[in-house]
Amino acid sequence: MANLKSAEKKTKAQSMGMHTETLTGKTQQKFFNPDEAENFFYWGNYDVDFNKRTELDVKDMDCVNANKKIDELMSEGFGTIVIKNPQGKHSLGVGILNKLNLIFEGSLGYFGVGSIDGPMVRVNGRVGWSCAENMMAGKVVIEKNAGSCFGAAIRGGDLICKGSVGARTGIDQKGGTIIVGGDAGAFTGFMMQRGRIVILGDVGINLGDSMYDGTIYVGGKIGSFGSDAIEAPMTNNDIEWLKRKLKVAEISENFDVSKMTKVVAGKKLWNYDALEPTEKKGAI
Amino acid sequence: MCGIAGLIHRGKSSNVGNELQNMLQALKHRGPDSTGYALYANNDGQNFILRFKVGENVGEGSTSVNEDESVYNERKKSVDKKLSELGAPIVKEEKLTPYSYRYEIKYDKDLMEFSKAIESIESVEILSIGKSLELIKDLGDATTVSERYGLNKVQGTHGIGHARMATESGVDIKSAHPFWGYPFADVSVVHNGQLTNYWNNRRVLENKGMRFMSECDSELIAVFLAERMRNGASLEEGMKESLTGLDGVFTYFVATKDSLGMAKDTMAAKPLVLYESDDLVAMGSEEIAIRSILPQEIDTYDPFDGEVKVWQT
Repeated sequence: MANLKSAEKKTKAQSMGMHTETLTGKTQQKFFNPDEAENFFYWGNYDVDFNKRTELDVKDMDCVNANKKIDELMSEGFGTIVIKNPQGKHSLGVGILNKLNLIFEGSLGYFGVGSIDGPMVRVNGRVGWSCAENMMAGKVVIEKNAGSCFGAAIRGGDLICKGSVGARTGIDQKGGTIIVGGDAGAFTGFMMQRGRIVILGDVGINLGDSMYDGTIYVGGKIGSFGSDAIEAPMTNNDIEWLKRKLKVAEISENFDVSKMTKVVAGKKLWNYDALEPTEKKGAI
Repeated sequence: MCGIAGLIHRGKSSNVGNELQNMLQALKHRGPDSTGYALYANNDGQNFILRFKVGENVGEGSTSVNEDESVYNERKKSVDKKLSELGAPIVKEEKLTPYSYRYEIKYDKDLMEFSKAIESIESVEILSIGKSLELIKDLGDATTVSERYGLNKVQGTHGIGHARMATESGVDIKSAHPFWGYPFADVSVVHNGQLTNYWNNRRVLENKGMRFMSECDSELIAVFLAERMRNGASLEEGMKESLTGLDGVFTYFVATKDSLGMAKDTMAAKPLVLYESDDLVAMGSEEIAIRSILPQEIDTYDPFDGEVKVWQT
């Protein structure tokens, strides 16, 4: 069995500056080879034109047909699609692995724009539970409030809510950035593993509970810290990054980020070193 | 998982029966087993509305059994006799189904003693007592129940409702929501979630003389609040106490003759979306419930963990 603890060679993720810590457990990270351009495109995606715009009224459609219609419009080259009357329907705009300007004129229900990789999404309303769950890349902007589990398990991209969000924002987050203009509920950053969460308002109890890694910035009051979440000093890098990110996100550009609280993992709960006993593995 | 919905018009009445039907029908996917309504109707306020059942509508997993209609008729006669003994004359009576009735009665004494007397008759359960509360629950989706009981024309100020997916107990009326806040007139509760200290609380409350009619954990909320109110707490105080007194995950609504409240557990594990304006508050497990009565663009939000709110008509 390989002795993972003694591995000194830097991973590709470290050499790219994505993180600095040395993982001592088994990793399943795989990276694209930049020379293999075809790896950056999904099979069956479409060459769309952002200037080609259309509207889609989903008032009398269920989510399956609405999503199929979005796919059909992309196949016709439409790069900007405006969805009318979403009326809180669930699972709209999910699984889009394409560049696209997607605008919702209204509110989404549960699991809106989940598992997306690439589109720029604007929701001119509110979103329900688990918006953008498992998002890989792209940008999602919510103009009003969001429900619980906002940005659950996102891998990358920018997820922005201009209003307030519910509980467990960024639960199991693995990358990317979540920005919230208002308040956030309990268990924000619960079990997050990487990435950043920025809350400009107050947060509820158990902030960053059982987080493995990543960073949370809070502008307002903190209900309580969760297990293994600790305060860390703000650095100039943090301040510069926050200023740039808020500007790009078009949200509270003049917010005094230097007064924010930075929260990171105390890393006392890590269990990566507790490898299973050899004899147990043999039995398996 | 279950779906709950509620609304309150402030300063006016509306067709709350139809509105709540639409909201609950939109939540059908969360609970197809049974549907219940607690509507606060524009009654004249002179008489008590007594809704009761003399038998069950039995579905999957129920501990009850179907019985012959003649048995129901005999029980109904026993109820009439008991009302006469209690000095509660019947002003009006309606047979709604073979197993359920709506009476208007005159009564001005202790409701707990009254309830104990009526429910001493085998298999008779009071669904609700109140001067404005009309509590209806039965198997089927919101439209089915509404059509069966003629609810879509009920005018009133507010109401709460429940679409149930049976998890903790069987499919029948006794386990369906809403639950009446025995022995208080015009108090009802609906709940989405699971309570993990049900038996501990139940034993304590039964020792204090409170009554449970089902094995459904949600009934505990109604009894818990009723017991607190019986000891002088306000509705809001009782609800705040429930955040620590009840263990588990929950979002629940409670309604009285002139108010509507919501409470969410400290883990915020169960969903709730809320719309609030000067003249209307509407809330439900999912936004589509609110959209079913307010299709235009509105601002909604999720209440936070441990939040308690109460609105007046």
